[in-house]
Amino acid sequence: MSRTRTTWRTSRTAGLAALAATTALVLAGCSSGDANDKASTADSGTDRGPITFAVGKDTSGALQKQVDAWNTAHPSEKVTLDELPASADAQLQQLQQNAQVKSTAFSVLGLDVTWTSEFAANRWIDAMPASTSTSGLLPAAVDSATYRGTLYSVPWQTNGGLLFYRSDLLTAAGVKTPPTTWQEMQADCAKVKALPQAKGASCYAGQFDKYEGLVVNFSEAVQSSGGHVFDTDGNPTVNTPQAKTALAWLAGAFKDGTIPQEELTYQEENGRKAFQSGKAIFMRNWPYVWDLANKTDGSSKVAGKFDVAPLPGLDSTGSSTLGGYNLAVSSFTRHKTTARDFITYLTSDSSERANLLAASTAPTRAALYEDRALQKKFPYLADLKQSLDAAVARPKAVRYGDVSAAVQDAIYPVLSGQAGPDTALASLQTKLTQITSQP
Amino acid sequence: MTTLTTGRPGRRASATRSGVAVVLRYFGMAVIIVYCLAPFYWMTVSAFRRPSDQFQLSALPRPWSTANFSAVFKPDVGFERALLNSLIVAGITTVITLVIGTVAAYALARLEFRFKNLVAAVIIATSMFPPISIVVPLLKLFTDIKWINTYQAMIVPSLSFALPLAVWYLASFFRQLPAELEQAAMIDGCTRGQAFRKVILPLAAPGVFTTAIITFIAAWNDFIIALSMVNKKDMQTATVAISRFTGAYGFDQPYGTQMAAGVVVTVPLVIAVLTFQRRIVAGLTAGGLK
Amino acid sequence: MTTTAPAVALPPTKPAPKSSTRRADHGEGRLAAVLLSPTFLVLALVIGYPLVSALRESLYRRGEGLDANGFVVSGEHFVGLRNYTDAFTGAGGSRFWNAFGNTTFFTVTSVVLEAAVGLAMALVMHHALRGRALLRAGILVPWAVPTAVSGLLWRWIFDANGIANKLLGQQILWAADGWPAKWAVVIADTWKTAPFIGLLTLAGLQLIPAELHEAARVDGANAWVQFRKITLPLVKPALLVAVLFRLLDVLRMFDLPYLLVGNQKHSVQTLSVLAFNEANNLHYGPAAAYATLLFLYVVIVAYAFVKILGTDLIAEARAKTPARRRRSATRSLAGRGTPA
Repeated sequence: MSRTRTTWRTSRTAGLAALAATTALVLAGCSSGDANDKASTADSGTDRGPITFAVGKDTSGALQKQVDAWNTAHPSEKVTLDELPASADAQLQQLQQNAQVKSTAFSVLGLDVTWTSEFAANRWIDAMPASTSTSGLLPAAVDSATYRGTLYSVPWQTNGGLLFYRSDLLTAAGVKTPPTTWQEMQADCAKVKALPQAKGASCYAGQFDKYEGLVVNFSEAVQSSGGHVFDTDGNPTVNTPQAKTALAWLAGAFKDGTIPQEELTYQEENGRKAFQSGKAIFMRNWPYVWDLANKTDGSSKVAGKFDVAPLPGLDSTGSSTLGGYNLAVSSFTRHKTTARDFITYLTSDSSERANLLAASTAPTRAALYEDRALQKKFPYLADLKQSLDAAVARPKAVRYGDVSAAVQDAIYPVLSGQAGPDTALASLQTKLTQITSQP
Repeated sequence: MTTLTTGRPGRRASATRSGVAVVLRYFGMAVIIVYCLAPFYWMTVSAFRRPSDQFQLSALPRPWSTANFSAVFKPDVGFERALLNSLIVAGITTVITLVIGTVAAYALARLEFRFKNLVAAVIIATSMFPPISIVVPLLKLFTDIKWINTYQAMIVPSLSFALPLAVWYLASFFRQLPAELEQAAMIDGCTRGQAFRKVILPLAAPGVFTTAIITFIAAWNDFIIALSMVNKKDMQTATVAISRFTGAYGFDQPYGTQMAAGVVVTVPLVIAVLTFQRRIVAGLTAGGLK
Repeated sequence: MTTTAPAVALPPTKPAPKSSTRRADHGEGRLAAVLLSPTFLVLALVIGYPLVSALRESLYRRGEGLDANGFVVSGEHFVGLRNYTDAFTGAGGSRFWNAFGNTTFFTVTSVVLEAAVGLAMALVMHHALRGRALLRAGILVPWAVPTAVSGLLWRWIFDANGIANKLLGQQILWAADGWPAKWAVVIADTWKTAPFIGLLTLAGLQLIPAELHEAARVDGANAWVQFRKITLPLVKPALLVAVLFRLLDVLRMFDLPYLLVGNQKHSVQTLSVLAFNEANNLHYGPAAAYATLLFLYVVIVAYAFVKILGTDLIAEARAKTPARRRRSATRSLAGRGTPA
């Protein structure tokens, strides 16, 4: 027996944590689902007042400054910064909890790029008005902010993977340009390892611990060999020759020592640690490493001795997976017009520039990457832009958590040599199809 | 039973034996201290490294730095306020738990009534429910009654794990004391309440105090409730504040700062417990018949 | 008072029938109700209500499909016990049994280790000649460190290039999915919570009158006999309650596997972690079912524990005269029956 109830009744009758739909929204969902109209007509410009901004901690204080500046300019629409925990899991949990109880506590939400679909599909966030301009924003980032062709959030910060390499060692080994393919990279490693000063160094460091970073690294490998984890329609495509090649390369690299076994426990910081202490010749990491590994206070042995390049691939330069944060308006908040204005303000050229200068956060505005002054201050910007241009957003699955867990469950045993790539990918294909197909 | 006591040869050379015993005791003490403090030592050492040296493995920081501690107390973190909040929440939780728990424990330990086993079982059964499943329903409830961002929203759920624990410990300590003492006091004209207050409570002081410490630390360490029930910075507790530490950049984990915060949270707690220990035990014992 | 020391061993027997019991029962019952009502009021609110919510939730499913426009279909539907049967047999079956096994493993190893270490700590502290305060301060430290911070601390200690491997001179991948990860969790948990058992046991030890040991010594009982016949039986209630609560805690273990190793690693996934992951992925029905199953498991384990070991735990008021105590002690020495 099965019966359907509206949430409204559920919450009244049993006092349960409600799922995210009011009766009003249920009705809206029955009409053509064009949330744009609803969003822009419902508020008609009068819905203004104080709001809150829920986001992971402001690392540099730059954000607080921007909020203060906004508050001075908009005394009747003040914004309060509500900091979420540092870990993405804890952020997601808190945002989900507040959405479940339809809390009005948070107005503007800082969402990891992988959460937009889940929040949109559950109607926890409002679609952005059709008038929202996305011109000048990086296309891959805009894609991550879109669900089913509708823009639900605005890209605010982005991130792309880079290949960090020991330029000093490569030069000493007679290698003039950084590798663009995996094969070149392995050949370069062999040359570098022959040098006395590279004794004990391993070839490549990535993020292969069993966590979200593994999904990123695996997706990058698949993309870099010409495949895709999901096609443009959102169907999983992991049981393909390209994906098999990619996974076979990773598994082989673990087997032949190109990637040391201990990297099965590596997250971003472990890799940085290895690279900074001179233990790795190549490393895949995010741009944040640049400043830290260049510190000359003795904490980094490789300061000034490394450079960055786009990730290598199978036949040519590879492709990165996109990271970053998007901004969205909570469905349950008041003062949505103010919230949208605030998002426009935060994603403006000047705000993103300030963020880059203060916290090295990669902007979503393409023009900033061409800025000479910024390029001088952040020498990796050009490489990062190249990486971002080729970057692919992670699958836009409503059940992203399930997708991520399935990928981790399938790939990790292959890397640790407990399963073969072919069977793992075949069963992963089945599982992903199951998760993403709609009953 | 005499066969049991004499089963082993009684006395050896008692002088050497006590000498060995003393050495053994000090050895045991040393082992415990090392066991408890070695990881804490590592934590402290890590806290005193420069943030950029967080991967060092040397036994002492090279060079020493208090940068991590300054980061903990940066004005925008509001860690002092968070410590105060933790103190308030854990303190009030402890007091309420002890007051409510003592009377309940007394009933379990000393009164004869029907369904006693069932009552005791139900109390302990309440502490068997996974805490992560408690949060969402209570969040919904507290949102409805506008308790979000209040101390009571953190204190009341904290009672869920503190109270069953306290009732059971206190009951076990009360039971350990002979009922004759109380009966004697009641024959001497004390009421049941007076007999409890003047005889049992002072004698059970070490137990009551230990229960207080346990309750306090349990409430002090709570993270998930404080995280869920509060979203205003000036209401957050220390554990939540620690979870919000980040490095200067996105993935940069401020390990040293978190360790420094751990030291800041742990050391005063231990000192406070030691200071209060004498006072409270003395206070409870004063006026007792001991 | 006689000085036959071992005779005072704590008897886990039923309270002797008191002649006054019947008469006093009614009044005491009413008093008990008054004294217990605040506790029950609080527990009904903070546990009863969420418990009922979860039980209900576990019979429903929601948010499963998407409508034509990609929105999650709202509303929920009653699925009866399907969330439960799926946990045992369906796609999630192996995950459930794996988590069940891990939970059991952690519980058995951690609690046994903690009880042993905790008891040893208590004994050393009790016999400490000097510096007991210092010792007590030291013992409080692991436990006063917030769990989140200790998880992080151990994570770095057990890092592939961390201090643990350096000291051991080995290259153990503690955080990889496998047996070392299990032991990392057990070690960290024992470090953090053995002091808890130690402190409670110490409080129990301090309540033992010193005369008993004196008397035993006069009788010629050596330290081991004193320990077996006086200390252990008398401290048993406190120790058992401590162990019981640790048992309940470890069965619901969440933080350490999650923080120290990672929530996706099957080798340390406990039932709590599983329930958390399901809820985080918005599978509220299955999450509630896991939580309920965990709850039932805890109830069964606790019940068995109390039945087998802890007859003295619940309602055994020790309102006995010394004479009765001695008699029953003799009986328990003779061959400890299992009083129901």
